[in-house]
Amino acid sequence: MDIVSAKYQNTAYQTGEPVITISKLKKQFGKNKVLDEFDLTLHKGESIVVLGRSGAGKSVLIKCVIGLMQADSGIIDVLGKDITTFNHHELDKMRMRVGFLFQSNALYDSMTIRENLEFPMRRHLTNISAKESEERIIEALTNVGLAHTVDMMPAELSGGMQKRIALARTLILKPEIILYDEPTTGLDPITGKEISTLIVEIQEKYQTSSIIISHDMKCVKTTADRVAVLLNGKCHAIDTYDMLEKSEDTLVKQFFE
Amino acid sequence: MKIPGPGEEFLNETGAIARFTGSFVRETVSPRYEIKEFIRQCYLIGYKSLPLIGLTGFIMGLVLTMQLRPTMISYGVEAKLPAMVSLSIVREIGPVISALIFAGKIGSSIGAQLGSMRVTEQIDAMDVSGTNPMKFLVVTRVLAATLMLPILSILSDTISLYGSFLGVNIRSHMSVHLFINQVFSILNFTDILPSIIKTFFFGFAIGIVGCYKGYYSKNGTEGVGHSANSAVVLSSVIVFILDLLAVQITDLLGYN
Repeated sequence: MDIVSAKYQNTAYQTGEPVITISKLKKQFGKNKVLDEFDLTLHKGESIVVLGRSGAGKSVLIKCVIGLMQADSGIIDVLGKDITTFNHHELDKMRMRVGFLFQSNALYDSMTIRENLEFPMRRHLTNISAKESEERIIEALTNVGLAHTVDMMPAELSGGMQKRIALARTLILKPEIILYDEPTTGLDPITGKEISTLIVEIQEKYQTSSIIISHDMKCVKTTADRVAVLLNGKCHAIDTYDMLEKSEDTLVKQFFE
Repeated sequence: MKIPGPGEEFLNETGAIARFTGSFVRETVSPRYEIKEFIRQCYLIGYKSLPLIGLTGFIMGLVLTMQLRPTMISYGVEAKLPAMVSLSIVREIGPVISALIFAGKIGSSIGAQLGSMRVTEQIDAMDVSGTNPMKFLVVTRVLAATLMLPILSILSDTISLYGSFLGVNIRSHMSVHLFINQVFSILNFTDILPSIIKTFFFGFAIGIVGCYKGYYSKNGTEGVGHSANSAVVLSSVIVFILDLLAVQITDLLGYN
């Protein structure tokens, strides 16, 4: 890491325990080294935005963290356990505590919004009653301001609404960590701002920790406690938005210009 | 030894389908079982395909009877027309035509559906939600296709025979009773059973190829179209190959 600063926007995170520790993570596709000894630590209650150019490996990074991709080597410690050694059953248990918001929303288009939200519960929360399940669905939808869409199909909703529903589905299991894959991509600036604000509100309400992949600088500024710059497979710089904005590093500067 | 390009691609694809089939078998026998989704797929794959397969069966029986009639008359065996048509339909044409229609409708639908779910990350979302997509999407569809095609084929054969009955009665008169007698005078257990058994294999092949092509779809929407198309082409070819094998086996067993 070329730039490291101990100054955080929210100093409480300095003392927060690490919830995700990534060390010396390597992932390559053929001869293309996407992640090359990448290191990152996310603290409890903290929100880190990973910034990088298209194809830099940002999405690959969080897909390795959730176990959708297998890292070539390195350690990914999530909530105290190295997930690189996990089998499918252990990954399932971990995924109950870690939510993932997909770039394309990934709503099941053959199901209603209610069924979309019920889907994660059918496996993870098998012992809850129908009433409790309904309450959770309404609570999650209310959090994103879309309780009235419960019986609609995803195709009937706008892109921004679909993003909110996807976020509600992520929240349904009340995860401790949420991984966001480009949450504002493809949205107009106003909707993008609404989604960024919603991410901050959710983090404050549920005290979640987040890794957010983005190259939308407005979203980065709104949501980040710290920003990690991913370059050439490594964490080139990590600091608060304000500090990185003032950075003299030419590679970092190009993101903020 | 270096295998030439197309040969290597063919072997890689065959190996990948074999591995995929292995995963299907593993996921089918291990709990948890997605009974509700399986029943839903049986409804979608079976019941929803019935009108198309029934219609093609009816037309097939009618046309085959009308086409065969002049030839049968020229040989002086017009009375054997129901027996001839029923034997052709039950032993060969019915199961194969039903399987090809099924491949066109269900194989492409499964390929496109899973392909679209793959490129829009819905399959990954399912995995993250703690639901095994192989179990929920693949096992249910392949089992439903395997079980529904034999039923559809039997129904199609029955409707074909009804079409044949109408075909016979367009130019002459034959009672239902006589028609049925004629049909079952020639059809026996060794004609019906092998044709039903082979439709299980046809259904399985169509299901597994459709799921494989869709599950590993890539290159966005273009890839989805390619998955649907190649699912139909490959499963149709496999249906013919399986049919050829089935004929050889029944021949070896002395059922032909």
